[in-house]
Amino acid sequence: MSTRSNFDNNLKELKDLLLTMAEKSEHAIKEAMIALLNQDIKKAKQVIEGDNEIDDLEYEINNKALLLIARESPVATDLRKINVALKVSSEVERFADIAVNIAKSAVHIGSERHIKEIIDIPKMMEMALEMVSDSIKAYYSEDITLAKKSAEKDDEVDKMFGSLIQELLSYIPQNPNSTNQIIQLAFVCRYIERIADHSTNIAENVIYLVTGNRVNLNA
Amino acid sequence: MVSALMDKQTGKQAGESESKRNKESILEVNNLEIFYGEKRAVNGISMDIGKNSITALIGPSGCGKSTFLRSINRMNDLIPGARAEGEIIYEDLNILSEQINVVALRKEIGMVFQKPNPFPKSIYENITHALKFAGMKKKSKLDEIVEESLKKAALWEEVKDRLHKSALSLSGGQQQRLCIARTIAMKPTVMLLDEPSSALDPISNAKVEELIIDLKKDYSIIIVTHNMQQASRISDKTAFFLSGDLIEYEATEKIFTNPSVKKTEEYISGRFG
Repeated sequence: MSTRSNFDNNLKELKDLLLTMAEKSEHAIKEAMIALLNQDIKKAKQVIEGDNEIDDLEYEINNKALLLIARESPVATDLRKINVALKVSSEVERFADIAVNIAKSAVHIGSERHIKEIIDIPKMMEMALEMVSDSIKAYYSEDITLAKKSAEKDDEVDKMFGSLIQELLSYIPQNPNSTNQIIQLAFVCRYIERIADHSTNIAENVIYLVTGNRVNLNA
Repeated sequence: MVSALMDKQTGKQAGESESKRNKESILEVNNLEIFYGEKRAVNGISMDIGKNSITALIGPSGCGKSTFLRSINRMNDLIPGARAEGEIIYEDLNILSEQINVVALRKEIGMVFQKPNPFPKSIYENITHALKFAGMKKKSKLDEIVEESLKKAALWEEVKDRLHKSALSLSGGQQQRLCIARTIAMKPTVMLLDEPSSALDPISNAKVEELIIDLKKDYSIIIVTHNMQQASRISDKTAFFLSGDLIEYEATEKIFTNPSVKKTEEYISGRFG
């Protein structure tokens, strides 16, 4: 038994709590996307209401982390673990907020017929969600290689974002009555691009956690 | 000052080393080994101690940190069978040399111990005792040093109206600050502190820590502590000792946020020791 098994157990609980929060946020993003594609307003509203639960988890993680700092006087890796848990939890909380934003766009578009079949937005989302999943896995297993790999996809997401925005804006002149829908879809692209950015931040935190060095993977 | 440390003047001064001196350092330790009889307690350590800075020595019991601290003002001389090899260079002289005048050395390199140990005399006499012993008789001068030392030790305001009361009537924290004042009175350049606040309550501990930080303006301080938070709060550099070896010696910030050696991390985070 480690001389600080109680502390070690608490650090593990903090990490597990964060994993639960990340799973719920990922699920919320997927549900919001389904709501948008299927124009399922009911589902979109469920995502919006579900955000409270994720916010509560963030509070719980924050409180637990602060108590550990106050009680255990953590140093070195222990201190970084707590610091990174706090940082990652706010990135994950942003995932959940983005899910709400996408759900709100779905509500704004409502039952208005889509101007064309939405194909590329889900592809972009798939890529961003892969980044989320990998960065969270990298955090949980403290895997630098996976963290770097997840961040590498950010450029592709950015590229896709650029071309999708161009495409969407080009529809406005021919579809002036669908301007609201087009703008909402452009917002969704922006939200997805932000998901990739937050994932990259998580990956940077994983590298800091393991090595103690700050890096910028978004350069 | 340098010659005062020498018992005998020789052609070449004792322990004079020809290496380039680092002006930022007050002490240079080169390959220091300390033995108690056959047992080696310190295994050939080398390190520079910074001027006007606080250096913390940490490590589990029996790691050699206190043995090393005591060797700096030759306190180990009092232990039968103890001997040291290597060099501790102070003002171009090797402290370990037989030609060093140990009494003069201890005026320049003062020490404060874990348990406050005031003499069973008045507060005033605690400070003047050694000065009188060294031949200082003028009362106005002694008064001046008493006031100055007590002020530097952040004790003056608390005791100025009862200087002739017994030092033993003071609280533990006040007694420890008196011991620090007593060391300051000798106008040392280096102060060695051996767990100076481990026997004190939290408020007294905080006062002693504030005092130590304040003192580094005028002195170079080396402190042995078992309190990791204390080391991280007050020191500029931290040295981690284990089984007589110097494992890691780095800026305190680095040691407590991202140590290079796994053993250091395990020790400071309380995984062993």
